[in-house]
Amino acid sequence: MGNYSYEVENLNLWYGDNQALFEVSMKIPYREVTAIIGPSGCGKSTFLKMLNRMVEMIPKVRVSGTIKYNGNNILENYRAEELRTNVGMVFQHPNPFPKSIYENVIYGVRIQGIRNKKKLDEIVEKSLKQAAIWDEVKDRLHTSATGLSGGQQQRICIARALAVEPDVILMDEPTSALDPISTLKVEELIHDLKDKYTIVVVTHNMQQASRISDQTAFFLNGDLVEFDKTDKIFSNPMDKRTEDYISGKFG
Amino acid sequence: MTTRRFFTEELNELQVKIAELAEDTKDVLKKSVDALFEKDIDSAQSIIDNDHFFNQKEQMINETAMILIAKQQPVATDLRRLIIAIKISADLERMADHAKNIAKSTKRLGAHHNITINPEIREMANLAMGMVDIAKKAYETEDISLAKELASNDDKIDEKYGEVTRELLEETANNPQQIQHIMQMAFTSRYIERYADHITNIGESIFYLVKGVSYDLND
Repeated sequence: MGNYSYEVENLNLWYGDNQALFEVSMKIPYREVTAIIGPSGCGKSTFLKMLNRMVEMIPKVRVSGTIKYNGNNILENYRAEELRTNVGMVFQHPNPFPKSIYENVIYGVRIQGIRNKKKLDEIVEKSLKQAAIWDEVKDRLHTSATGLSGGQQQRICIARALAVEPDVILMDEPTSALDPISTLKVEELIHDLKDKYTIVVVTHNMQQASRISDQTAFFLNGDLVEFDKTDKIFSNPMDKRTEDYISGKFG
Repeated sequence: MTTRRFFTEELNELQVKIAELAEDTKDVLKKSVDALFEKDIDSAQSIIDNDHFFNQKEQMINETAMILIAKQQPVATDLRRLIIAIKISADLERMADHAKNIAKSTKRLGAHHNITINPEIREMANLAMGMVDIAKKAYETEDISLAKELASNDDKIDEKYGEVTRELLEETANNPQQIQHIMQMAFTSRYIERYADHITNIGESIFYLVKGVSYDLND
């Protein structure tokens, strides 16, 4: 395992005639939290989705450049299924399946073919504990996950992503639909998870980026404007556009 | 058009308050040195009585800065602007304290002493007041070359302080019966020297605001 989970070089992406990413190059460090910030339409979510190849199903998308995941270019001769086993994703709105909490957590594990009840029980407990929600749901594992609060649902989704033991977790605005307390719980969870996972999180909340991440990338109009240690970005950024954005002068 | 118009306005207001406090700090030094030379005990007393005004202003600036940090959650330059507002107001308050200390020395010397007050003390005060003007301009225009200019002016004050100290030391040998008075003069020159050091600190704060890194103007 190298020092970087991802090494992206000269990544360009077009939706039809519209170019959404321009020559993006960045290295995402292993087992650290990388935040991606920028105004709406800057390409940050597109970039995140490229990391587990979720954009390629969209018609008329063209891509050039390389994305190396653990040293291998995922844009060439790489099975998307294998990539997505290792790279979990958590979305903006909690999206539990209309099943029990238990079944939600082991959904991916079952697809992988694990059937042993004892093993599955272990995975459920371990994943829910890692997602900091075990104590809240341990007595109702077989009730519907959709009956939980938004913040709890989002942590169930995180547990579901963790159950398949990925090494990267991508999060697209994971707290934007949550109340402040649930937001802080998810933020603390992200902080705890980085001991075991590489985390890339897209966020509109700049205070959140400054609290939870080790490095921050600022995207604007499809360009990666600045990528540096989070402390540096939020105290003394190099680029005036970064400064203006984080200070709320546009966006 | 900025999206944070109110915040920008509030920052500007804070900046104006600091510039006003700097002007007041300069005035009080002038008054205290005038009182010293003119043996004006009433004026010295009024400087002492009004010192609380500087403490209040400092507190007001600190509170405004704290509220803005809490409400606006500023980062980068905006955050540094508020941090240095707190630091500069503390420096200005200390400068006013030194002017008050000069007024106390004037009181201790009394209205009827007959020792000559070293003219270098006036020169030091004039240089220090000039430094306040430079610092104010540097702060308002965020001009770090002006901030650096403060260091060379501070050196001139330090030199004069050295001269005054040497003269006063000779004086103690020649007029040992006046030693109490001579001591007050030595204190006074020391207060002005310290006053100027705080202006240099302000220069460093301005440098930090603009560049985002600390800088020692005394190096």
